[in-house]
Amino acid sequence: MIEFGKQKGWIRYLTEHPVRRKRDERLFIDEKHSCPSCQRPLTAEEMERSLYTCPHCTHHFRLTAWERIRYTADEGVFQEFSADMETVNPLGFPDYEEKLAGTMQKTGLKEAVVTGLCKVGGREVVLAVMDFRFIGGSMGSVVGEKVMRAMLVGAEKRLPVIVFTASGGARMQEGILSLMQMAKTAVATLALERRRCPYFVVLTDPTTAGVLASFAMLGDVILAEPGALMRFAGARVVAGTIREKVPENFPLSAFHLDRGFVDAVVPRQKLKTTLSFLLGTHPVQQGSKS
Amino acid sequence: MSDNPIREKLAELKELAQAARIDLAREIGELEKKLDLSLTPESEAWRRVELARHPERPTTLDYARAIFDDFMELHGDRSFADDPAMVGGIALLAGRPVTFFGHQKGKNMKDNLKRNFGMAHPEGYRKALRLARQAEKFGRPVLSFIDTPGAFPGVSAEERGISQAIAATMKGFSELTVPVIVTVLGEGGSGGAIGIGIGDVVLIMENGFYSVISPEGCASILLRDPSKARHSASLLKLIPEYLLEFKVVDRIIPEPAGGAHKDPAGAAVSLKAAIITALEDLSKKNVEALLAERHAKFLSLGTFQEQEPQRKSLLQRLRDFF
Repeated sequence: MIEFGKQKGWIRYLTEHPVRRKRDERLFIDEKHSCPSCQRPLTAEEMERSLYTCPHCTHHFRLTAWERIRYTADEGVFQEFSADMETVNPLGFPDYEEKLAGTMQKTGLKEAVVTGLCKVGGREVVLAVMDFRFIGGSMGSVVGEKVMRAMLVGAEKRLPVIVFTASGGARMQEGILSLMQMAKTAVATLALERRRCPYFVVLTDPTTAGVLASFAMLGDVILAEPGALMRFAGARVVAGTIREKVPENFPLSAFHLDRGFVDAVVPRQKLKTTLSFLLGTHPVQQGSKS
Repeated sequence: MSDNPIREKLAELKELAQAARIDLAREIGELEKKLDLSLTPESEAWRRVELARHPERPTTLDYARAIFDDFMELHGDRSFADDPAMVGGIALLAGRPVTFFGHQKGKNMKDNLKRNFGMAHPEGYRKALRLARQAEKFGRPVLSFIDTPGAFPGVSAEERGISQAIAATMKGFSELTVPVIVTVLGEGGSGGAIGIGIGDVVLIMENGFYSVISPEGCASILLRDPSKARHSASLLKLIPEYLLEFKVVDRIIPEPAGGAHKDPAGAAVSLKAAIITALEDLSKKNVEALLAERHAKFLSLGTFQEQEPQRKSLLQRLRDFF
C-alpha cells in the first residue's frame, strides 16, 4: 500500500515508471531498433512474438485497433459493425475535416473505434477496440454511436461485451455533442445491466477524461494493462485551472489498483487467458428481465 | 438583448425621427451597421460566457432560497466526506416535496475557497447520487442545478476516483424512476456538468453555457494560443440557442435585462415557472414512458453519416433492452 501523504503516493509511482512516453514510440523501435523505455536492443520479430511488450523491461507499447483484435479474437471471422460510419463536422470547426481526412489516410481507419462480433476463447462476444492514433482516440459522435450500438447488439443477442479503451477524452472539435457521448455511452451500459450481459473493460495506455469518466469505469470487471496512464484531467488542464503541478505520467494502473478503481492489472501476454476465464465464469443468463 | 446600448439608442432615434418627421436614415443606417458588428457570434458568445461567470450571478443556494417554500440542506456522501462545492437537500416547491442538488460557487474569495470555486470532488457526485436515490425511494422529483467550471482536476480528486464517481452518477440518474429536471444555471463545464446532467428535461438560463471544454482550454489546446479564448467561445457553439438546435437542451429560460444578477428575484420567478411547467408535464407520464423517453433522448444525441442508416430500427427496438 502507498502512504496517503499529499505527495508521497505519486512520487513512488514516478520512480517506478520514470519513462516519459513518446508519441512516436513505435517509430522509435523501427528506427533505432531499441526500446524507448530501457534502451536495450529490440527487433521487429521479437516485438511481434512478445505482443509488443519489451522482453527486457516489460514496457507495453500501444497497439493499433487491428493488432489488438488479432491478439484478442480467436482465429476466424471478425464481423465489423457500422464500418462505413463517418464523422460530419457539426460545428463547422476550422481544419477539422482536413484533420479527419489526413488521419484516415494515415491509419486506414474511419474512426477511433472498431466494433464487431467475434469469438474469444470459443465464446461469441461483441468487441469494441479504440485506437489512440485516430485523433488521440478521442470520442466524438461516431465513437459514441458505435460504442452504444455495440452494447445494444450485445444486449439484444445476450452476448458479453468486451471494450478496450485508449483515448484522450472527448473530441473538442465536436463541442457539446462530444460531451453528450459520455451520457450516451453511460446510458447504454444500462441495457447490458438489464439483460444481465457481462461487460468487461480493459483500460490500455492512455485512457483519460471523457472516456474514463463514462463507459470505461462502468464495467462489471475492469482490467488494466501495466503502466497504462489513466486520469480525469490532463496535465495542461490541471495547470491551467488550479496551478497544481501533476506529472505527465501520473497516475498509472498500479495507482488505480491500490485505490480500488480497477479489479486487476494484467500483463498483455495473460490478457486473453484472463478474458477467457472471465467469459467462462459468466455463462449465458436465461430468463432475466424482459 | 434589450440591454444593448446601441439598440436602445437606435429605437430612440427611430421614434424621434417618426415623431418629428425628420430624415435620419443615414444616422440610423450607421447605427445599424455598428449593431451588426457588436452582435457578431464572437462577442455574443463571449458576452454569455462573461455573464455566466459573473461574480454576482445567483448561485444554486440563492435560487433555492428564492424558489422553494422551504428547504433543508443534507450533507455528506456517507463514505468519505461532505463536499461544499455540491449542495443538496429536501425542499418544498409550491407545496410539493422535491429533492434538489447542484454545484455551489462562492460570492467572494473566502467563500470561493470554501466552495472550491464550484469544482466538485468525487464525494460531491456521490452525494448527489445518494440524494437522488433517496428521492426515488420516497417518490420525490429530482431537480439538478449545474453551475461549475468543471469537476476538480487535482490529485485529491484522482485518488478518490473522480472518473468513476461521474460515470456512476450518470448511470445512476439514467435509471431513476422519478422525474429528473436538469437546469444549467451558469457555467456548464465539461464532465463536471454532465455528471449531474442526465434527466428528462434539460433547461438552461438565457445567459448560461454548456461546453465540452472551457473556451480558455480549447484556445490553449486546439488553437495553441491561450489568448484566443473569445474566438474559441464562438467556435465551440456553446450558447443556449445552439444547444437547443443540437437538442442538448429543451428550453431556454429568459433572464431579466442585463443578466440574472441585475434582478435575481426576476430570474428566480422565470426559473420557478419553467420548473413547475416541466414537472407538470412529467408527472403525467408513467414510469415506463418516463424512462424510455429519457434513454432515447440521450441515446440519440450526436451527428454522423452512414450508407445504410440503421439507427432508427435500433432505437425502435430500444424499449426491449431496458
